[in-house]
Amino acid sequence: MFQDLFELEDIELMTTTTEIKFSDSAQQQVQEILHQYPADKSKSALLPLLHLAQAEFDGWLSAPVMDYVASILNIQPIEVYEVASFYSMFNLKPTGKYLIEVCQTSSCWMNGSEDIVRYLERTIQAETGQISPDGMFQIKTVECLGSCGTAPMFQIGDKYYENLTFEKIDTILDDLRKENKRSRYV
Amino acid sequence: MSKKLLLTYDHIPGINTLEVYRQNNGYKSLEKALKTMKPDDIVEEVKKSGLRGRGGAGFPTGMKWSFLAKPEGVPRHLVCNADESEPGTFKDRYLMERIPHLLIEGMIVSSFALGANTSYIYVRGEYFYIIKILQNAIKEAYAAGLLGKNILGSGYDLDLYVQPGGGAYICGEETALLESLEGKRGNPRLKPPFPAVAGLWGRPTVVNNVETIAAVVPIVNFGGDEYAKIGIGKSTGTKLISASGHINKPGVYEIELGVPVEEFIYSDEYCGGIRNGKKLKAVVAGGSSVPILPTELILTTAKGEPRLMSYESLSDGGFATGTMLGSGGFIAMDEDTSIVKNLFTFARFYHHESCGQCSPCREGTGWMEKILKKFIDGKATMSDIDLLWDVQSKIEGKTICPLGEAAAWPVAAAIRHFRHEFEEYVKNPQSIHDVKHYFRLNNLVEA
Repeated sequence: MFQDLFELEDIELMTTTTEIKFSDSAQQQVQEILHQYPADKSKSALLPLLHLAQAEFDGWLSAPVMDYVASILNIQPIEVYEVASFYSMFNLKPTGKYLIEVCQTSSCWMNGSEDIVRYLERTIQAETGQISPDGMFQIKTVECLGSCGTAPMFQIGDKYYENLTFEKIDTILDDLRKENKRSRYV
Repeated sequence: MSKKLLLTYDHIPGINTLEVYRQNNGYKSLEKALKTMKPDDIVEEVKKSGLRGRGGAGFPTGMKWSFLAKPEGVPRHLVCNADESEPGTFKDRYLMERIPHLLIEGMIVSSFALGANTSYIYVRGEYFYIIKILQNAIKEAYAAGLLGKNILGSGYDLDLYVQPGGGAYICGEETALLESLEGKRGNPRLKPPFPAVAGLWGRPTVVNNVETIAAVVPIVNFGGDEYAKIGIGKSTGTKLISASGHINKPGVYEIELGVPVEEFIYSDEYCGGIRNGKKLKAVVAGGSSVPILPTELILTTAKGEPRLMSYESLSDGGFATGTMLGSGGFIAMDEDTSIVKNLFTFARFYHHESCGQCSPCREGTGWMEKILKKFIDGKATMSDIDLLWDVQSKIEGKTICPLGEAAAWPVAAAIRHFRHEFEEYVKNPQSIHDVKHYFRLNNLVEA
């Protein structure tokens, strides 16, 4: 988590002048989310809104995007930064189109997660943390995802890929290359 | 009354839908509760059942409920802790994925018992596909009049919402969860005040684990006394066990509390023995936080009695020779497993997940990971074993929340029971490379 904090210092500023605004369908989702809390407790919507913003704006949270979320909830930008930097699912830098989150804790390690990472690195031609040369993939090692009985596994967007083998990984990556659509949780 | 109370219908096709769930006795406890019981009657049944929190701490649920403050005019809340993140634990995920309506039924009955009109299920963010399953089920329940205004014509109103987390183990601690639900960093709060007095938005709040809330359904259906007849001693009822590691049949099993550990590991009804005909070396019986035990101590207590899957039997002998039932995250390791390397994955986990509020935990977890890395890299000396022991002993009891203990206990237990392995790493730094870690992928390692 500390690493994430330090990364906050290098939050990348968007160079584009495009206006940051949720799509119509996302705006509707924002209203539904806000409806879940008492009117004076709307800050509770922060995590759901950050997930939505990450999905809407290319899979990561730039400072202007976080400022936009702050403006919706009528809170200070720092209240958004400190939360975004605390939770591991929020990316403060651009990522590959498909973020491959490989579990490495205990049961997954016992079942070969280190080999999964090595195989992935070789296949996508990028080390863990780096975006692959074609911009399609990025490996991120993560802590226990609650898939211990179906180890080894990784998560891409909201999908769990379990009981992995190298052959399975080949098929998964091939399918994603064809799909060519940014992974998202929401 | 069968031994299975929660996973009775989990294999019926379509049980995730309201229609099939209702055809299989679904929402019977809700009808019974709303039509024939007062809120306090339900609390009484839960007390009689002896149900203990299934998230890990094992605190009596009925007692927790009875602590809930009820000041006039202040809304109360029930929050379900579905932030399942304890390594080795995946039972709540299974339950929510297979039978989402069981949790929702439990939430409505429990909310009614506590007098809550708005309740939340806080689900770890990584489980987004589960969140979608729950949201669909909730939508069905609203459409059928099981949620919303005047539920089943009883005059009782309840709104139920699902809240995603953001990827932080610490939010499984109930006050950190409440902070997170308020849109803040997941820093645990100082207690008192307890959530029962000042919880979500300062209001009286009960936080219960998924499995605990689901267990309220059979308790209301059959009565607390009947529930208490299942299990053994003060470990009443059934428990979902997440079984993983080097076993033939990993998965989620509902056991009657009191099943012998040996039977759980070797019987075909459960884990089906150790993979590839190997011998069992050690078990982490209740999620990564609980002390690891070598085979001889997990199968029998120090007194030589068979060890049972119950709160009391697993903790028999204290930490010197025992462990804890915890969350029921049961990780079995075969004879080729490196205890030191596995411990390193735990230490890395706790270092990553420490919220950073308290120095002993923030700094200590980092030091433990670093020292263990030295062992893995073959750079450790004998004095590093004592240093590791020293660091863990200075965390326990010195932090706001139990993450400190959770990080220290596995380190202490590994040194207590497997000191010779740490020494082996120092004497023979190559030993890590000599151990075969991988099974399923073994033939592919060289590829």
